[in-house]
This record gives sequence, C-alpha cells and structure tokens, in this order.
Amino acid sequence: MALNKEQIAQRIALELKDGFYVNLGIGIPTLVANYIPQGVNVVLQSENGLLGMGPFPLAGEESADLINAGKQTVTTLPGSAIFDSAMSFGMIRAGKVDLTVLGAMEVADNGDIANWKIPGKMVKGMGGAMDLVAAAKNIIVAMQHTDKAGNSKLLPQCSLPITGLQCVKKVVSDLGVFDITDQGFVCIEYAPGVTIEEIKAKTAGRLTIADSIHEMKFGE
Amino acid sequence: MNKVFANAEEAIKDIQSGAVLMLGGFGLCGIPENCIAALVKKGTTNLTCISNNAGVDDFGIGLLLQKKQVKKMIASYVGENAEFERQLLHGEMEVQLIPQGTLATRCLITGYGIPFVPVLAGVGTEVAEGKETVMRNGRKYLIEDAFDSDFALVKAWKGDTMGNLIFKDTARNFNPMMAMSGKITIAEVEELVQPGELDPNFVHVPGIYVHRIFKGTNYEKRIEQRTVRKPE
Repeated sequence: MALNKEQIAQRIALELKDGFYVNLGIGIPTLVANYIPQGVNVVLQSENGLLGMGPFPLAGEESADLINAGKQTVTTLPGSAIFDSAMSFGMIRAGKVDLTVLGAMEVADNGDIANWKIPGKMVKGMGGAMDLVAAAKNIIVAMQHTDKAGNSKLLPQCSLPITGLQCVKKVVSDLGVFDITDQGFVCIEYAPGVTIEEIKAKTAGRLTIADSIHEMKFGE
Repeated sequence: MNKVFANAEEAIKDIQSGAVLMLGGFGLCGIPENCIAALVKKGTTNLTCISNNAGVDDFGIGLLLQKKQVKKMIASYVGENAEFERQLLHGEMEVQLIPQGTLATRCLITGYGIPFVPVLAGVGTEVAEGKETVMRNGRKYLIEDAFDSDFALVKAWKGDTMGNLIFKDTARNFNPMMAMSGKITIAEVEELVQPGELDPNFVHVPGIYVHRIFKGTNYEKRIEQRTVRKPE
C-alpha cells in the first residue's frame, strides 16, 4: 500500500538530527513536526520571523500577532526568538538552516523542482520557496509520486515553471525514498506493500534501484 | 519636530493617485489596518502596492482590490484572494511576483542606502528573465534593485512621538525594513507614548526612519487560519 500523508511525514521525521534548525513548508511538511523522534531536539524556523515554533495554542489563547508561515496561530517556546523578514531570509540565505522540507508539483532527476505556478491556472506566487531552495544545504521534498491521472511527478525534466535548479537532495513519496545523485533518482527504500516494478512503472525520470534497497521503516 | 498626526485620514491626506506604496504585514498579521481603511475611504486610485501578500477578499489590501484602487501589485504570495486571482487572470491588474526573501532584502537595502544586491533566489526561473546577472566564485547571481517607493505604511505595537517603534511577536515581519525604506514612512501604532517611555535598548526601528506616526483605533486583527490544540 502506498503511504498516506501522515506516513510520508513520519518517514521524513527520521531525517531530523539532534540540534537541527529546520524549516517545514506548508502541507505534508508541516505534519513532520508531529513525528519528531524522542531524544531529537530540533528548532523549527518559520520564515515570517520565528525560531522555536511551538504547538498550536489552546482555544482562547490564540493571538493574531503570533502566526506561522502558513498563517496558522502558533505559540512560542522557552528559548524562542522573533525577528523580521529580512533577517529570516538572511539566516536562510547564509545557510544557517540545516534542513528544509517542502512540497512539490514536479521534481526532475537532476534535482530541479517546480512547485509555485501552473500557467493560466494557478498564480499564487512562490512565497519563500525560491529563497529556500536556492540556499538550503539539505532539501527534502514530500510529494505524491503521481498526479491524479496517474502521471509521474518524478520526471526527466520539469514541465512546469521552475522554482530552483539542482537543489533537491531527497524525495519521500507515497511509494518510497529516493536520493538524487548524478545517476538520477536512486530508490533506497520502498513503502510496505509497494513493488519495485510499480516504482519503476511510475517513475518517468532516470531511476536506479540501490543495492541496499529495503522496506521502509518508521522508527524503532 | 512634530511627527504626530491625529488619525489615518490626516496622515495619508497627501497620498495621490499613482503613488507607489509599501505596506507591512504577513498575511493579515501586522498590516496597517487604519491606513488601508483611510485609503479606501479616500478612493485613491492607480496605486502600486509593494506587500508580501494581497490580503483576503474582504480584508487588508483585498479592500483596495475590491474598489479597483490597485494598478500594480508587487508581492511574493497572493493565494488567499479570489478577487486578486480574477483580476490577474483577466489582465485587469499588473502583478509582479518576486521571492519573499528578495522582497524583504530589497526593502532592507533601501533603508541601508545600498542600491542593489546579488541574490541566488530565482536563478534559472522566470524571475530571472530580463535581469542582469553577476558571477562570483563560480555561481550566478541576479542583481536585484532597491525599491523606490513614495510612502511606506507600517503597523507597530508601540511607538513614541519621536517615531521610535517596537513590534509585537510575528507582527514584526516586513514592517521594520519597510519603515526604513519609505520616502515618507507613516507608522500606525496600538500605543503611542511620550519620549522616555520606551526602553532605547528595545527599539526595533529608530525614529529617524519614521516621518509620521498616529495612534490607530478599532483594530480588528483578523486571524486567517485559527488553529488550536486540544487540552492534554
């Protein structure tokens, strides 16, 4: 069975290392915060100007002045820091953020990503995505492997307008985990119940199956 | 020196049709509500608005869009506004979408007196079209210019009559660097105090950048995505 969104988030959470500063994008990436492994302490960065993002507030304690980049009400934690948008992107640009997790419409086998625009249909804008992908040291994409019509979203090259070039290092889809290397997508894990044949059939970009490939685990 | 104005109507009185405005805020958080309401009331048209977002249909910059007061919007994300998307897809309004960090930094360098800045964001994308580039250490950068705006409209938590500003929580966002970069900066504040009442160590924007200040009223502070957790 292909993974649901929660399981994709759960698998990505295993990539978090103690001491990481992490920026989580909107959608599946936001869910990663729910699965941070025990003993791993990370600081979440929200690009609207908050380090040390806490959980959602209790009803009645929400404040219009304290939101995350998805415009949701959040809280601070002991040790949180507030700053302005220029400093926020300053720390992103300077490579201080260890890991960025974001969603994508398409990823190419060289690490190109498209996630901000569908010409003639959707013109929401890139927000901070272009800044993040241009600067982050480590970018993991959380995405569905195929679109609703069954077409692969892991491609030889992106067909939609590009967000950033050769920047994605890893993709966690509903079918498996893929490193992006000079050989294109390298499948290192498959989701429980998903066959390698299915992954091959649904991956349009260059694909290699790692010798060490194994079924995905979700922690201890 | 008198920077204090009675209200938003007085403070924005000389904003003329065709003006280029910067508006602070992220989503609906920390937006200059009073100035926007006054601009809607005044009916000033052909505005160019530089702002991270364009509000929602019935609040924030969305109120200016409803009245067709905006000629051009420069923003990074405009997803929460159906009227905006309609005007854009029908070519009724000019829109320039730019990366959020580039937007913030272009404001910042204006306030720092730096004319342009090299950035990586947008290289290889539509954003790079027609832009000058520079190579350093094997990497290509886009040259992004400082902004040239007539007025910056910002919202702060506290301010004093000298124009010193302090922001609250993430309502800070774009407000400080926009405050620093307006030819005329108009700050609306929730609390307007006398000099000496703000601790100079905790001033976020020094008053030298702020030309006009007034105490705002009737803040709605609408929440876009109210999210809460269950008690444990």
